[in-house]
Amino acid sequence: MSRSSGGPETGAAWLFLAPALILIGVFFFLPVGASLLLSFTDFDIYTIAHWQNVRFLGLRNYIELAQNATFWLAVRNTFYFVLVGGPLTLGASLAAALLVNSRLVRFKPFFRAVYFAPFVTTLVAVAIVWRSLYHPEYGLINYGLGLLGVGPINWLGDPLFAMPAIILLAVWKNFGYNMLILIAGLQAIPEELYEAAYLDGAGAWRQFRHVTLPMLGPTLVFVGLITMIGFFQVFAEPYVMTQGGPLRSTTSMVLLMYEEGFRWWRMGNAAAIAFVLFGLILGGMLLQRRLQRERVP
Amino acid sequence: MVNATAMAALGLTLAGCTGSTASNRTTTVSFWGMGREGEVVQQLVPEFERQNPGVRVHVQQFPFSAAHEKLLTAFVGDATPDLAQLGNSWIAELAALGALEPLNPWVSHSEVIDSAGYFRGIWDTNLIGDTLFGVPWYVDTRVIFYRKDILANAGFSEMPSTWSGWERAMQAIQRQVGSGRYAIFLPTNEWAQPLILGLQVGSPLLRDGGRYGAFSDPTFERAFGFYLRLFRTGLAPPLGNNDIANAYQEFARGRFAMWITGPWNLGEFRRRLPPQLQKLWATAPLPGPSGDSSAVSLAGGSSLVLFRRSQQKPAAWRLVEFLSRPEQQLRVYQLTGDLPASTAAWRESALADSAQMHAFWVQLHRVKPLPKVPEVELIATKVYQYAEQVIRGGQRPEAALAELDRDVNRILEKRRWVLSRVSSGREVLVR
Repeated sequence: MSRSSGGPETGAAWLFLAPALILIGVFFFLPVGASLLLSFTDFDIYTIAHWQNVRFLGLRNYIELAQNATFWLAVRNTFYFVLVGGPLTLGASLAAALLVNSRLVRFKPFFRAVYFAPFVTTLVAVAIVWRSLYHPEYGLINYGLGLLGVGPINWLGDPLFAMPAIILLAVWKNFGYNMLILIAGLQAIPEELYEAAYLDGAGAWRQFRHVTLPMLGPTLVFVGLITMIGFFQVFAEPYVMTQGGPLRSTTSMVLLMYEEGFRWWRMGNAAAIAFVLFGLILGGMLLQRRLQRERVP
Repeated sequence: MVNATAMAALGLTLAGCTGSTASNRTTTVSFWGMGREGEVVQQLVPEFERQNPGVRVHVQQFPFSAAHEKLLTAFVGDATPDLAQLGNSWIAELAALGALEPLNPWVSHSEVIDSAGYFRGIWDTNLIGDTLFGVPWYVDTRVIFYRKDILANAGFSEMPSTWSGWERAMQAIQRQVGSGRYAIFLPTNEWAQPLILGLQVGSPLLRDGGRYGAFSDPTFERAFGFYLRLFRTGLAPPLGNNDIANAYQEFARGRFAMWITGPWNLGEFRRRLPPQLQKLWATAPLPGPSGDSSAVSLAGGSSLVLFRRSQQKPAAWRLVEFLSRPEQQLRVYQLTGDLPASTAAWRESALADSAQMHAFWVQLHRVKPLPKVPEVELIATKVYQYAEQVIRGGQRPEAALAELDRDVNRILEKRRWVLSRVSSGREVLVR
């Protein structure tokens, strides 16, 4: 096992690995490599007509993206969504997990199911309901705000409020899944720790701060990472609610990529956007790992 | 993305099946139809099959939203059908791909189809240069739907036919209805309205054979200025379709008195407006900047096309001819409300005499196509996005048009390159 490089065992190992490696190679690395190549070309419908209608552009797609105001707007919108929506989702799911896990709560399975329901509901169906909730004149949300003396807000029609509206929907839709994972994490915390803390005179807040949070750390990091990756790829929510409008205030990077690629068939451009997004997500993950390592020596 | 691939794969398998059944005596023709028309065509097929023993028609129906992607993937995968219904704004693109069969020889030998039996502007949308790539199936254009009572209250007995008269009427309406209500609804996320106004003042929209944008030219600037003025002076609300949950309800409430929209709304208005309102709405051809000859609208609709790789062209062409007969055109109208492309169908049925249809009959004689370049839909989308920047984002109109042209020129860069290769002798555009 120790130093058998080149021995028969290595050959056998490769043989056993081969099916998986071939599958990963054909269905993952090959397409990824192909789309990386694509991002250096101007592959589009003229290319479909005739393969000679393709040019190798080097980095021109990326340079043009850097000069494209719509792309920067999409980057800004995506970060807005991730940086505001991500923490909100985490907060909501942690709060829900603590509530559902609390000993004082009855009918726990019922609440778990209720909170989890939005996650498994079809987004298109949800969107119809939320669109009427957000309606500027007849919507329930504006009606409620009206009772508090707040004037009507054109939620999906005003560039200022469209993104918050989308974020609210996304938080509501997604917190249930994280909640479930966090509940599992909470239940793995040994009861003795709380008893010890209680005997040492720790109140509810200090128990939460010094027992729950540290013990939940790895779970929180995992949930945070998954949420971040998912939120960077936001597409369906703006696609069904606003089609990226008004004034492109809800156009995310993936939505822009979809439009470029599948609506206008400008595959080179779309592939370039995909790789910029890939870079951003990778950067986000590395940053998160860095922060995590600094906190836990 | 997974969905898209799966759908494409499904499309290929299905198309593969239809191709392989075309053996022994019966010929199977595959037809791709979209939206409601794709459903309706199934009801016309039995009659065709009765008249053409030995020919079976396999209809595949899919939604409009999936059509573009499906056609392109089918082309790449060598799985195009024998014939299809195709929105005429996509003809340039599929013709550029070389996917479509030129129809000039087929039409010149046909006893059913003759260009004289169609609206000229609509027929023209199927021509790329002199080559015909489609036969109009049903037609579509935009006219004004308006509230007769509101217009009459403002002192106008009928819709004016010039821009200046139209603007005066809208101002009069605005004074009558007060704030919170509007003379006209021009959804800020639709490109048809600004582009129609551009066509009306005679803007080519693109210049040099579709190589550059012509939006910052004084001609288009005039139309753009008029369009923006309707918002600036408060005659039109700065709202898109997404901001108005139910435009029919708002029209019924008198939130706006005019709406530039298409024939599909004839049926919707009859269905969705309350009974007491049914006598109060009417349609009118669009006004023009300088009277009738300039009062053009958009030449839209769907055509029937044959695919170049079809093995069953004669049988497929017989189906095209069958669907082009006036009586079949009228059946499609009865089943869907789609306006017939054949003028004989209009005359035989006295369709044009109905008050609400008459505006369409008049307008269809005055329609112009959009530029026939594959990028036309993307460019049209840019137009409303830049207009929206002015209306809702406070940008200066001249700056928006200059930026629009820059953007359009960037989009057309590939086209210029391809065309330059064609002119330098290398045959690349069409295979």
